[in-house]
Amino acid sequence: MPSAGYLRSTVAWYGGLGLLTGQVARNLALPPKYVRLVVQEIEVMGVRSAGVALVAALFTGMVLALQSGVNMARFGAETYVGPLVALSILRELGPVLTAILVGGKVASGITAELGSMLVTEQIDALRSLGVNYIKRLVVPRVLAALIVFPLLTILADGVGLMGGAVIAVFERGVDWYAFWNTTLYWVTARDFLTGVTKSVFFGGLVTVIGCYNGLASTGGTEGLGRATTATVVQVSTGVIVSDFVLTKLLLILFW
Amino acid sequence: MTEAPIIEAVDLRKGFSGREVLRGLSFAVPKGARLVIMGGSGAGKTVCLRLIAGLLRPDAGQIRVFGRNIERLSEEALLPIRRRMGYVFQGAALFDSLTVYDNVAYALHEHTSLAESVVADRVRHLLSLVGLDTEAQGKLPGELSGGMRKRAGIARALAIEPEVMLFDEPTAGLDPTNSKMVAELIAELGTGVCDTAVVVTHDIELANTVADRVAILIDGRFAATGTPEQVRSSRDPAVQAFLTGEAR
Repeated sequence: MPSAGYLRSTVAWYGGLGLLTGQVARNLALPPKYVRLVVQEIEVMGVRSAGVALVAALFTGMVLALQSGVNMARFGAETYVGPLVALSILRELGPVLTAILVGGKVASGITAELGSMLVTEQIDALRSLGVNYIKRLVVPRVLAALIVFPLLTILADGVGLMGGAVIAVFERGVDWYAFWNTTLYWVTARDFLTGVTKSVFFGGLVTVIGCYNGLASTGGTEGLGRATTATVVQVSTGVIVSDFVLTKLLLILFW
Repeated sequence: MTEAPIIEAVDLRKGFSGREVLRGLSFAVPKGARLVIMGGSGAGKTVCLRLIAGLLRPDAGQIRVFGRNIERLSEEALLPIRRRMGYVFQGAALFDSLTVYDNVAYALHEHTSLAESVVADRVRHLLSLVGLDTEAQGKLPGELSGGMRKRAGIARALAIEPEVMLFDEPTAGLDPTNSKMVAELIAELGTGVCDTAVVVTHDIELANTVADRVAILIDGRFAATGTPEQVRSSRDPAVQAFLTGEAR
């Protein structure tokens, strides 16, 4: 049985996350001078995280093609490796892996940065100068994530698909044109768009988790270390759990 | 008709983790006054200052700043009120990724549309006011000594031309020369830059230099308030123990 303290802190965490989300929604309109902050964050999140997302996508596409090629050959369906790889990547693996890998990196960095600002009273200093710290520190990051995560997911989709195609063609001997013909026949724009839609949600979720854990960290630098670790765990589980809910919802709405 | 005080607190109470730190504080700071709140470590002096700035909310009681009750105001509604105050943090709380220039200019960049040349002039003037040379402008806070950081923190707080300054332990951790300089600076604020101040300290020397009213905070309440002379002549044994350094 979880202790009362654990339950209380869990409820407080979800409540705090909800309240921060509400504050972000209320402060979404940024003054023009904060637009450069969004651009900066896009650079920090996107450009500096593209490598990890694309390498993961490439090898995921390759291993998917390898596994499915071997196993589908057993019942003569090797031609369908393309659609299988494409549907898996576009609908699930592209957005989810990108969100977990990039999200873990980005969100833990945000927690560490905001948490150390909190510990050194820099957030209070902002507040004392009459600066809306939600607008200054949280909203630009969330807006950047809403742009960066779908863009990285689209790139990861493309790279993953190419990885799958290369393995299917050169390792499994599937014809290049047959691979793309079957893939384009079975895969629709809806498959691509549901994945991209999920990535927008994941971007918002992981950034709000990262920001909240930083702003709510307690216990000095030791507590900050704990908060940063917790962010990685919560981002991963948050993405996986919400992925199921989102998938079900999107299937109901658009299938 | 007398002018309403800039800051007025009525029966302020604040506790943390079940421990009540402030147990019903009432005080008023009229325009032009320099109130020094003294007390030992953990007495609740900083809490008091943070309540004035709206950085904390009281558990009970009222706090009125510039004629507005702030204890129930939202963070957004507090922002314009805070822009009329300058808060100097004990550890300076400078933005560590920004240079001294950017720290001091921060509020000007945020809240005004002044040309950069005007901002630069203002920053230079403020830095010279706190005794920092132009060479310090380009340095990061991590490259400064404790005294320089504290002075840069004062310059940053003064940049928005506040109507009231709040100082949290302005001389803590400083050598005697820097302490004296900061004390003189606070005393000089009354001569035009910002004439109203609340200073929280345990430094009796500082209180003697800058205060026109002193309040001694003991066990969550003011054990003595008045002019420095009145407080010095208090017959309260706890006050005398604090002033003579014999308090436990």
